[in-house]
Amino acid sequence: MHQLTIAELVKGLLNKDFSSVEVTQHYLDRIARLDKVYNSYITATPALALAQAAVADKRLAAGNAPALCGVPIAHKDIFCTIGVRTSCGSKMLDNFIAPYNATIVDNYLDSGVVMLGKTNMDEFAMGSSNETSYYGPVKNPWAIDCVPGGSSGGSAAAVAAHLAPAATASDTGGSIRQPAAHCGLTGIKPTYGRVSRWGMIAFASSLDQAGILSRTAEDAAILLNDMASYDTKDSTSVERDVPDYTTTLNDSLKGLRIGVPKEYFGEGLNPETAAHVEAAIKVYESLGATIHSISLPHTGLSVPAYYVIAPAECSANLSRMDGVRYGHRCENPKDLNDLYMRSRSEGFGDEVKRRILVGAYALSAGYYDAYYSKAQKVRRLIKQDFVDAFQNVDVIIGPTSPSPAFKFGAKSKDPVSMYLEDIYTIATNLAGLPGLSIPCGFVENKPVGLQLIGNFFAEARLLNAAHQFQQATNFHQQTAPGIE
Amino acid sequence: MQWETVIGLEVHVQLATKTKIFSGASTAFGAEPNTQACAIDLALPGTLPVANEQAFRYATMFGLAVNAEIGKRSVFERKNYFYPDLPKGYQTTQLAEPIVGPGFVDLELEGGRTKRVRIHHAHLEEDAGKSLHEDFAGMSGIDLNRAGTPLIEVVTEPDMRNAEEAVAFAKKLHSIVTSLEICDGEMSQGSMRFDVNISVRPKGQEKLGTRTETKNLNSFKFMEEAIALEVERQIDVLEDGGKIKQETRLYNGDTKKARSMRSKEDSNDYRYFPCPDLLPVIIDDEYIESVRKQMPELPEAKRARFVEQYGLSDYDAGQITMDKFAAAYFEAAATFFKNTASQTGETKLIANWIMADLGAYLNRTEQRIDQSPVTPELLSGLVVRIKDGTLSSKIAKQVFEAITNGEGNADTIIETKGLKQVSDTGALEKIIDDILAANTAQVEGYRAAAEDKRAKMLGFFVGQAMKASKGQANPQALNELLVKKLNG
Amino acid sequence: MAVDRSDIAKLATLARIAISDDEADEVASRISTVLALVDQLQAVNTDGVLPMAHPLDAVQRLRADVVTEPNQRELFQSIAPAVQDGLYLVPQVIE
Repeated sequence: MHQLTIAELVKGLLNKDFSSVEVTQHYLDRIARLDKVYNSYITATPALALAQAAVADKRLAAGNAPALCGVPIAHKDIFCTIGVRTSCGSKMLDNFIAPYNATIVDNYLDSGVVMLGKTNMDEFAMGSSNETSYYGPVKNPWAIDCVPGGSSGGSAAAVAAHLAPAATASDTGGSIRQPAAHCGLTGIKPTYGRVSRWGMIAFASSLDQAGILSRTAEDAAILLNDMASYDTKDSTSVERDVPDYTTTLNDSLKGLRIGVPKEYFGEGLNPETAAHVEAAIKVYESLGATIHSISLPHTGLSVPAYYVIAPAECSANLSRMDGVRYGHRCENPKDLNDLYMRSRSEGFGDEVKRRILVGAYALSAGYYDAYYSKAQKVRRLIKQDFVDAFQNVDVIIGPTSPSPAFKFGAKSKDPVSMYLEDIYTIATNLAGLPGLSIPCGFVENKPVGLQLIGNFFAEARLLNAAHQFQQATNFHQQTAPGIE
Repeated sequence: MQWETVIGLEVHVQLATKTKIFSGASTAFGAEPNTQACAIDLALPGTLPVANEQAFRYATMFGLAVNAEIGKRSVFERKNYFYPDLPKGYQTTQLAEPIVGPGFVDLELEGGRTKRVRIHHAHLEEDAGKSLHEDFAGMSGIDLNRAGTPLIEVVTEPDMRNAEEAVAFAKKLHSIVTSLEICDGEMSQGSMRFDVNISVRPKGQEKLGTRTETKNLNSFKFMEEAIALEVERQIDVLEDGGKIKQETRLYNGDTKKARSMRSKEDSNDYRYFPCPDLLPVIIDDEYIESVRKQMPELPEAKRARFVEQYGLSDYDAGQITMDKFAAAYFEAAATFFKNTASQTGETKLIANWIMADLGAYLNRTEQRIDQSPVTPELLSGLVVRIKDGTLSSKIAKQVFEAITNGEGNADTIIETKGLKQVSDTGALEKIIDDILAANTAQVEGYRAAAEDKRAKMLGFFVGQAMKASKGQANPQALNELLVKKLNG
Repeated sequence: MAVDRSDIAKLATLARIAISDDEADEVASRISTVLALVDQLQAVNTDGVLPMAHPLDAVQRLRADVVTEPNQRELFQSIAPAVQDGLYLVPQVIE
């Protein structure tokens, strides 16, 4: 049953081949039995899941249930869930039980989707390897001594290990696409503003966007239909109809103009990864697409700009964690300053502290213009590169990540080498564009990700292109070794 | 040495919106602690702000009222600092692109002097919560009901030169925001709070002296006292050869003392940057015009109208319209007056009564004019009886007092106390005849006196007659009859 | 731009994060590495380019002034570390 895609589960539930309770129980059993190895969940919620599944079964029996009714998925622990701990991978929020749901959680509840639990992640989504989680690292099901990518590594590992048919995730600089690449999954980060940020704990507010990790593009399309919405509670949510992303999946790619940025194939890209990406481009050519070499000249500046903007925003976003109204509070503070200092120092891990300090530096008097303001100007140049490119092409294609999943500890000593993991993904966050990663091959038995970047609100086009690739290839159907 | 004082103000005006600036929680005053602090106000993780339209409408009204340019694009920024009454660890405020740009306010001072105070800008921001320092076993209690209440912070240029000007500006601002009904003006509840920047310099010197900021003054009286105290302190320091330290000070209205603030002194680096959770607010001319049309009458316009419509002197109209409740009271009383007295004009007397007797009474009893037990109808009823000669102004004061004691309206009191003025010629003649008969020497003296001396001597007879009538004689009728009889 | 121990101390105070003496050098060196990375920005000519704070050129939606939030004090304070009489408790605030 855990081999079934979301599309197949939807069909099976509708045909009464199995009940939601049965599917849910099956996954809960797997989580209980197997997740000790992967550590992909921070909190599994069996009782709640079964209760939700029972309700879903009633709705299904009554007829006219929504499409996703009874389908179980996992939520990244960055999304607030009433009555269930939302830790964001941090000791700071280890005791935090949100009094409200994230909008996307509510959207899925309305659709009758069952929550299996909350998945592991880098602390406050700051990381590319899932090594910064307070709850310990997540193992990559494809190579147990390697990282699953981050920050949505728990969601990715859970789906890759078939401990959930799909999972929600969030992407600030590549946190959906990079784990998708490392775990052989489909991961989509929609356009900024397409999915509500209400109830998603903020890392960098102008970059954060929720999305999906699934096994197929078709599943991502089905799930995005219900995740995306206009939300009056989020000022940055865009008032725009959500199309049915499944209806265009089978559109022909004949005449699709694909741009290949030369900057995405330079120094630092693993040659075998490059070969798989180039082969994937050939597949697209065979599907009728035309290939165009393009330039995104400011690509190299996206990592530096990002590591000013994201820390600056996070330094303010995390100031609310002060031990006063919720979250970790130190024992017996001797005065107000001690309360702040100790609560925050005990509650935050090293990488979070480092980014807060960098952010404070970039915003401090005397450095604002040189760092923050400069980075925001470069951000405009980066966005303009894409705007110019999309005058001539429909989709941009390149690698998701410079190399396959690396071993634990390989990059944690040098923050910059870790930051360069996201060199191909960060620019889309700065520009606000949608991006997607699909598997396109293997290097040393580890998956390689192909990244597709679309124009603003062109999620349907991306999903269509990804689905067509998956009709022509079978990389996405491979299962990690040892997964029953 | 002659010293010159330089004063600039920062005024926090709480806007009278129903809800917070970034959340749908109520702003009503006086609720139980933290019952009006929602998830957004408490800065729970994952919550997001959405800006309140009414706050922008009110800020725009204010800008128009102070002759300012309205910021068609305004941007919220985060001002970062840690304080328990600031749940997010930053205050959402405006800095580079505020909603209200440069403007000005004209003041009228004693002796008809006028003064223009320039407004540097006014910006929208959120208020903080409150720390309560009562004994919680060495702890402070934090109430976040006020957190997120919309404020406009009005920043003036350092244009004021003494406490009188600063207080006049403060009162004028109070009158503007209450007339616009964008602020309830309840200073005791913190609805308007003044930070006063004060420096002194030798007279004639252009360069400004080092300034101090005295924060959170919430009454005109405290403001006046605090300025006087700080100016004196600075001059003392300078004359003793010392230097003024730039600092934030607190004035205690009870002890009449000020001190340097202990916190906030670590030269804060606020690390402002545009709030990524909020987008630029764009308003257009159409919006501004719709706000302009909606604006209640401003004190200055009302003043002109009162001169025109009610025949008040410019000064009286200015006094009455300074307080929107007094203005409303006057208009209500004037309407009753016209309806009952079926006369036009002559409402000046009502204005006089409001400013003098009613004002003194309300002051003494610490009551607000809009809650006065002497209603506009009651006061109008009294003035009607003065105008029609039923009451002398002296007896009217007695009747007024009886009204304040709840003894009924003027007519009832006149009736029950028998206070009706004697205008009846027959009755007056009788009184006068008796007095003239009893004071023959004075009568002869009067008749022998030169014409120009007589007026002064008349007073004696008027006094006697008034006494005999127990004050109820109509003074005008009495005068006329007396002169007639004395002249024989 | 490299930062030293004293810069770290200042930043730590601003951000209310305690950095012990033992950690200060390592934190300084790690942050200096990051700053060296972001210093690449200085080489770019951005004359006449406006800073971009948001990916979309969208404008703020304004909300109607209507009370939508009921009192949920009990719920909110059920997750608070220290409350009394409906107030959040902190060590004495000194003004």
